[in-house]
Amino acid sequence: MTQIDPRSAMHLADAAVSVELETPDMTLNIGPQHPSTHGVLRLVAQVDGERVMSVDPVIGYMHRGYEKLAEVRTYAQTIALVNRIDWVSGFANEVPFVAAIEKLMDIEVPPRAQYIRLILTEMARISTHLVFASSYPLELGASTPLMHAMREREHVLELLESVTGGRFHPNFNRVGGIKPAAGGGSSMKKVSMDLPAGFLAATDEAMTRVLDIVDDVDRLATGNELIQARTVGVGVLPAAKALEYGVTGPNLRASGVKYDLRKVESILPYDDFEFEIPIGNNGDCFDRYVVRLEEIRQSASIIRQAIAKIPSGPLRAKVPRVLKVPKGEVYVRAENPKGEMGYYIVSEGGRIPYRVKIRSASFSNLSMLPWILAGQLVPDLVAILGSLDFVLGDVDR
Amino acid sequence: MNFWLELLIKVGLALAIMLPVALVVIFGELKISAHMQSRVGPYFAGGRWGWAQPLADGLKFMQKEDLVPADADDRVYKLAPYIVLMGTLALYVVIPIGPDAVARDLDLGVFYVLAVSSLSTLGVLMAGWSSANKYSLIGGLRAAAQLIAYELPLVLAVIAVAVQAGSLSLNDIVNAQASFHLFGVESILGRDVTWISSLISPFMILQIVGLVIFLVASLAELSRIPFDMPIAESELTMGYLTEYSGLRFTMFFLGEYAGLVSMAAIAATLFMGGYSFPGVSEDVLNFLGPVILLSKVMFIAFVFIWLRWTFPRLREDQLQTIAWKWLIPAGLINIVATAIFKVAF
Amino acid sequence: MTGRKMPTLPFKGLRTGMWLTLKTLFKKPVTVHYPLEKETPVPRARGVIALDTEACTVCMLCARECPDWCIYIEGHKEEQPPAKEGGRVRTRATLDRFDIDYALCMYCGICVEVCPFDALFWSPDFEYSELGISEMMHDKDRLTYWLSTVPDPPKLESN
Repeated sequence: MTQIDPRSAMHLADAAVSVELETPDMTLNIGPQHPSTHGVLRLVAQVDGERVMSVDPVIGYMHRGYEKLAEVRTYAQTIALVNRIDWVSGFANEVPFVAAIEKLMDIEVPPRAQYIRLILTEMARISTHLVFASSYPLELGASTPLMHAMREREHVLELLESVTGGRFHPNFNRVGGIKPAAGGGSSMKKVSMDLPAGFLAATDEAMTRVLDIVDDVDRLATGNELIQARTVGVGVLPAAKALEYGVTGPNLRASGVKYDLRKVESILPYDDFEFEIPIGNNGDCFDRYVVRLEEIRQSASIIRQAIAKIPSGPLRAKVPRVLKVPKGEVYVRAENPKGEMGYYIVSEGGRIPYRVKIRSASFSNLSMLPWILAGQLVPDLVAILGSLDFVLGDVDR
Repeated sequence: MNFWLELLIKVGLALAIMLPVALVVIFGELKISAHMQSRVGPYFAGGRWGWAQPLADGLKFMQKEDLVPADADDRVYKLAPYIVLMGTLALYVVIPIGPDAVARDLDLGVFYVLAVSSLSTLGVLMAGWSSANKYSLIGGLRAAAQLIAYELPLVLAVIAVAVQAGSLSLNDIVNAQASFHLFGVESILGRDVTWISSLISPFMILQIVGLVIFLVASLAELSRIPFDMPIAESELTMGYLTEYSGLRFTMFFLGEYAGLVSMAAIAATLFMGGYSFPGVSEDVLNFLGPVILLSKVMFIAFVFIWLRWTFPRLREDQLQTIAWKWLIPAGLINIVATAIFKVAF
Repeated sequence: MTGRKMPTLPFKGLRTGMWLTLKTLFKKPVTVHYPLEKETPVPRARGVIALDTEACTVCMLCARECPDWCIYIEGHKEEQPPAKEGGRVRTRATLDRFDIDYALCMYCGICVEVCPFDALFWSPDFEYSELGISEMMHDKDRLTYWLSTVPDPPKLESN
């Protein structure tokens, strides 16, 4: 303790304080274990109080090496792997991969198989978006939409299971069509893996329930003034920036860019149906949320149209029993619920691909994180992360 | 009787009555939230309806290890849950549950309530500061900011009630509501109309603005959704509770619900007539009073739970906006209006 | 935009939300109390793989096609007496070991699909959890038992 001279104390009080208090930024490690990073995303954030100054995303905690795994597995085995990339929409991941092989082998898929693929892809889209519609209010603190939407998603998943046998990992697509009969043997051989009886009627009913629950989510969350206060004008992503960063899917459409691979170059017969592409005006969190809710409605309408005019016919084209893919390269992409999902396959001929490059939507969508999160508040960081709707399996692969 | 012995008995009684009520509210929250989400909630514990779930949870927490982070400020960290629990339990002392049944009828009851209710926020701040966790720190500071923002509307809402009742003692406020006559009119055209005014006597109707302000502010004070930013599990994992485990977490948890019960009891006392009920005489109230108060408390607790499971969380700056731009001016206007009303009639 | 509606009365969104949760409060919950009541899985549900040892010819196709190689098969050739007196001695493949490591299995169903002799089937049974990961290796007796739980394939939609 230094003694202060009374005379100089007076002097000190008069002196202007020239030393500013030093408040260095705090490094806040959000993740890899954190409730709102949807898995194991890690954000190293420099925060000044509640204000996020800069964010450094660290990914790869869930890297499972699917591209390498595909190099040591046959095409049929890889199909079982790819639906685990974005596990929320398993079916939608399979279709472009199978379509890529079909393109390499120059196989025409029968229309009924195409329609079944389309119906199930749209169901996967509905279930993915319902997960989003339920989990996004949860990020903002409202936990009831979660349970309500999950309750109805169960009906969609049950239908998926009744056709494919799996709720999340259907593994139902085969080169040239859909899964053949279980077992190549005697008794089951005649039974093809067509849609089970009553599926079309049950689907129609499930779509009614889906539309109802979207309305309910609208009531619970979309119209809620508190949700609007949290999301409107938060995390605005201008269209130009979205294009710069290669953002695709509903995130891009929320920014006002009318770009949907289902309309642009589709591997499935989307041309047969009438549907709208919902787009947003401002590109904020609220738009990203509403666009996805609207996509559920559009998907339900597509499914209804598809079950009304599903053609009859064979389920699988003629494909050699041992799958040998000719030499060549191909890139096939499709509109995944999260955005553009593409597979670049290099074949040297034979049963095993030489190289598979997976272009996943969430990975590209996340590339703008450092830009969009800089300068936001910590609660907004969570709101923006949630609105981007990524799955870490899709990011790390 | 020895003063200390009497105090001990009273504190023991308050705990014996109020902690089970807090457990009932916990169970109610589990069940109501479940049914609001198409679930059933607790089902097996204790047999029917899973009524023993809160007890089972408590027992489970007791078995957990009492972890203290290596960098934590040991003493503060360990003390914080006690302060939170004390702050809420101390409120029960002045809440009258019947005309003669009150642990301590303070003349400055309202003043005491407001002072003590902010004590638990100190415990929260201590917990957040001492945990040596950045999430806890942010949570604790948010709680402090929230306290500053919401103590004022709370006080303003209560002042209007005090003006209306003409007293700061909770018992007197209840009596004022029981004997209150709307506009001072006791008879119209020679007919006795006190029964009409006694039906609407509680300040709930006259002080509706105050009631809304009080409920919103107490939601913030209790840090419940839509104002649960200090906990905010999707942002701050669990806020100031992040590092707590075992018995200390139980104390926070119990403190939260005991606080809910005490806030609901205060709101019931100040605005809804407390233990009194229109048309029930004072002799009966000594027996029925606690039941009447309890049912009012449960009603308010239900509203809190209902809000909690419907709404999302606001942002900290939006909370401040609501407090400073809406609630405080509304509270001030309410006081002025009440004063004019009081003088005019 | 369809979702961005301007509220007519203040806090319309809050009120409709609260009304919805209140309505749900008095509705019947959808929970299935699992150990007490059970849902019936759909016939195609991929619960567990059942084995028909009679049909298996130890051809190893399933073990080879499995993406994570979780099927372990051992067998030997047995000589059988000739069908007719003085005929050729026939050999028959006999199954010694058919283990599936369900801790490793990813339930893709490729083994069921490639089996040329209809020896493998999907059963929707799902209640075979174990306390240890090593106990998830199920041998052929267990797999044969599940054969009794295999349902008939569902009727199909008209094609």
